[in-house]
Amino acid sequence: MNAERPRRVVVTSPWTRATRRSRSYPIVREIDEQSEVGALYMRSLMRTQLRLGLLVVLLVCGPLAALPVLFSVVPLTKTVVVLGLPLPWLVLGLAVYPVVVAAACYYVWRVERTERDFADLVEQS
Amino acid sequence: MSSTYSAVFVALVLAAALLIGGYGLRVSRTTSDFFVASRTVSPWWNASAIGGEYLSAASFLGVAGLIFAYGPDMLWYPIGYTVGYLVLLALVAAPLRRSGAYTVPDFAEARLESRRVRRMASVLSVGIGWLYLVPQLQGAGLALTTVTGAPGWLGALLVAVVVAVNVMAGGMRSITFVQAVQYWLKLSALAIPVIFLVLAWRDAGAPSLDGSVPAVFANDTKVTVQTTVDVEVSSRVSVVVDGVVDGRTYAGTSVSLAPGPHRIAAGAALDFPAKSVVPQVKGIPADTNALWAQPLGGEGHGNPFYVTYSLIIATFLGTMGLPHVVVRFYTNPNGRQARRTTVVVLALLGIFYVLPPAYAALGRIYTPELLLTGQTDAVVLVLPSRLVGGTLGELLGALVAGGAFAAFLSTSSGLTLSVAGVLSQDVLLLRGLRGFRVAAFFAAIVPFGAALLVSGMSLADVVGLAFAVAASSFCPLLLLGIWWRRLTPFGAVAGMIAGGGLALVAGLVTLLVPPGAGLVYDLLSRPAAWSVPLGFAVMIVGSLLTPRTVPASVNRTMVRLHAPEALGLAQEETP
Repeated sequence: MNAERPRRVVVTSPWTRATRRSRSYPIVREIDEQSEVGALYMRSLMRTQLRLGLLVVLLVCGPLAALPVLFSVVPLTKTVVVLGLPLPWLVLGLAVYPVVVAAACYYVWRVERTERDFADLVEQS
Repeated sequence: MSSTYSAVFVALVLAAALLIGGYGLRVSRTTSDFFVASRTVSPWWNASAIGGEYLSAASFLGVAGLIFAYGPDMLWYPIGYTVGYLVLLALVAAPLRRSGAYTVPDFAEARLESRRVRRMASVLSVGIGWLYLVPQLQGAGLALTTVTGAPGWLGALLVAVVVAVNVMAGGMRSITFVQAVQYWLKLSALAIPVIFLVLAWRDAGAPSLDGSVPAVFANDTKVTVQTTVDVEVSSRVSVVVDGVVDGRTYAGTSVSLAPGPHRIAAGAALDFPAKSVVPQVKGIPADTNALWAQPLGGEGHGNPFYVTYSLIIATFLGTMGLPHVVVRFYTNPNGRQARRTTVVVLALLGIFYVLPPAYAALGRIYTPELLLTGQTDAVVLVLPSRLVGGTLGELLGALVAGGAFAAFLSTSSGLTLSVAGVLSQDVLLLRGLRGFRVAAFFAAIVPFGAALLVSGMSLADVVGLAFAVAASSFCPLLLLGIWWRRLTPFGAVAGMIAGGGLALVAGLVTLLVPPGAGLVYDLLSRPAAWSVPLGFAVMIVGSLLTPRTVPASVNRTMVRLHAPEALGLAQEETP
C-alpha cells in the first residue's frame, strides 16, 4: 500500500522485538474495529477472492456450456469416435471429471495463498 | 430374479445402518455432539460422508436409467451434480462455514438480521427437502419390487422407518459414520459388477448396437408387465400373449401387433422373438440406436437446447441450496477445512459418476424390455443377473440392490436430519432433543405419505425440480448475501418468493397434469432457465429499492465471512 513512500530501513539490535513493530496500531485491530482502513483491507481481500472464484467457475462452466452449441454447429462432433468412444460420451461421461477436480485444486491452492499473503501483510504491518 | 440373495443383502444394509447408528448413540452425549459431531470429523471421513449423503437414488439408479432411455443428453445430470459442488467450493463454501450457520435459514438470519427472512427460508428449506425425499422413498419401493417382487409401499416404509429411528436416536455423529461407510458401499456396488459386466460382454464377442434400428430384443424374450402401460409399436411384430392386450384377453395365443398405440394391462406376459423391435412406452422416443447415441438428438424430452441449458443452470446453481448439503459444511472445523473437504468430495463424485453410463449402454443391448415396461430406472438392478448368469450373477445383483438401498438410506437420512432441524427450530418451535425427535418423525412421515399418494414419476425429474427451486431461491440468497453488501431483508424475501415460489408452482403443476409437449410445457416443467435469473433480478432490484434497511452489522458480518482463520478474528462460539 505504501509503495510510493521512500523505503524505510529499520536498524535495531537483534535482541529486541519491540522496535520492529512499525505501527503502534496493527491492521488486525483496524479490521476488527471496523475502521475505514480495516474496511479498505477487507474490501480488497473480498474482491480478490470473488474474482478468483468467478474465474474458476467461468473457466470450467464456460467451455462446458459451449458444448451443446458445438454439437449442433459442427454435427460431426456428435458422432466422431475418439479413443474408442463417441466424442460426446468421452467428454461428458469421462473427461469432465478430472478437469473439474483439477480446477478445484487450483482454486484451493490460489485462494489459500491469497489468504496467507493477506494474513502476512496484515500482521507484519 | 435373484430374490433371496437380494432380500438378504438389503436386510443386511438396513440392519448395518441401524447398528452403526446405535454405535453413534453411545458416543453422542451432548446436544453439540448430537448435531455436529463436535466438529471432530476428519476431512476424509467428512468428504466420504458428504459423497455418501449426496449420491441419492437419482444418482445410483436414475442417471443410468435416463441415459438408457434418452441418450447422452442426460449425462448433464451427473455433470451438474458435480460442477454444482465446484461452484459451491469457489463461491460459497468457506464464507458459509465461517458464518457459523447450520442451515440456510440460520445464514439468512445471521446475515440479514431478520426473523421474516428466516421464516421464509425455513419454509423453502423444508419444501425442498421434502421434494427431494419423495423420489428417494419411491425409488426404494421400485428397487424392492424389482429385486424381490414385494409390494411398492414396503420398500418406502422400510427406508422411512430406518431413517426416522436413526435420526431420532443418533443425530449427526452416527449419521456421519453411516454416510461415510455408505459412500464406499455405493461405489463398490456399482464398480464391482461393472467389471464382471464388461468381461461378460467381451466374452460374448463385444456385441455393438445396430445404429440403423431402434432397440431390439437380442434373444427370444418374455416380458411381464407389472403396471399397465401404453406402448407405441413402430413396426408389425407378432408376439405370444398371456394376459390382456388392448382390452382383449389372450391365453398363450399368437397376436400380431400392428404399428400404432397399444395398451398392455398389468400382469400380461408377452413373448417377443429375437431381433424384433422393442415397442416403447409412451414418452420415450423410439429413436434408432445411432440417434440415441447422439446428443441433442431425441425429440421426446422437449426442446433439446432449452432442456439442456435449463438442466445445466438448475444443477450447477442448485447444489449450494440443498438443505442436506449446507448442514454438512458445519461439521468442518473452519472455512479452510471446508474447502479442502470439498475438493475430496469432487474427486469422489467424479469417480462414481463414470460408472452409470456403462450400465446405460450395456442396458441398451441386454435389457431393452425396460423401454417397454417403462421401468428404466431399474436398469442398474436388472443388468447383473441378466448378463452374468448363475450364482455369481445373483450375488452381483444382490450387491447392486444393497448399494441402491444404501443410496436411499443415506440421502434420506441427511435430508430428514436437516428438515428435522429446520422444523424443530423454526416451524414447530420445539427446543432440545425431545423437540428434535418429534420434528424428525414429521420430517419422515410427510414425504412417505406423499410417496404413496403420487407414483409413477421419473426419479430424476422430481429431483431436478428440487434443484430448480433451490437454484432460484437459495442460490441468489447465498451468493448475494456473501458477496454483496447492499442486500436487504425485503429484497431477499421478494427474490425467494419470485424465483423459488414460481419455480415450485410451475414444477408442481407439470407433475400433477399428464405430460404434454411444446414450449409452454418445457418452460413449466424445467423452470430454472427463467426462474433463476428472475430470482436474482428481483432480489437485486428489491434491495436497491430499500437501501435504508441494509442491516447495520453488514461490515462486521462481512469480516466474519471473509477474514482468513489465520488472523484469529471473529472466533465464533461453539453451539
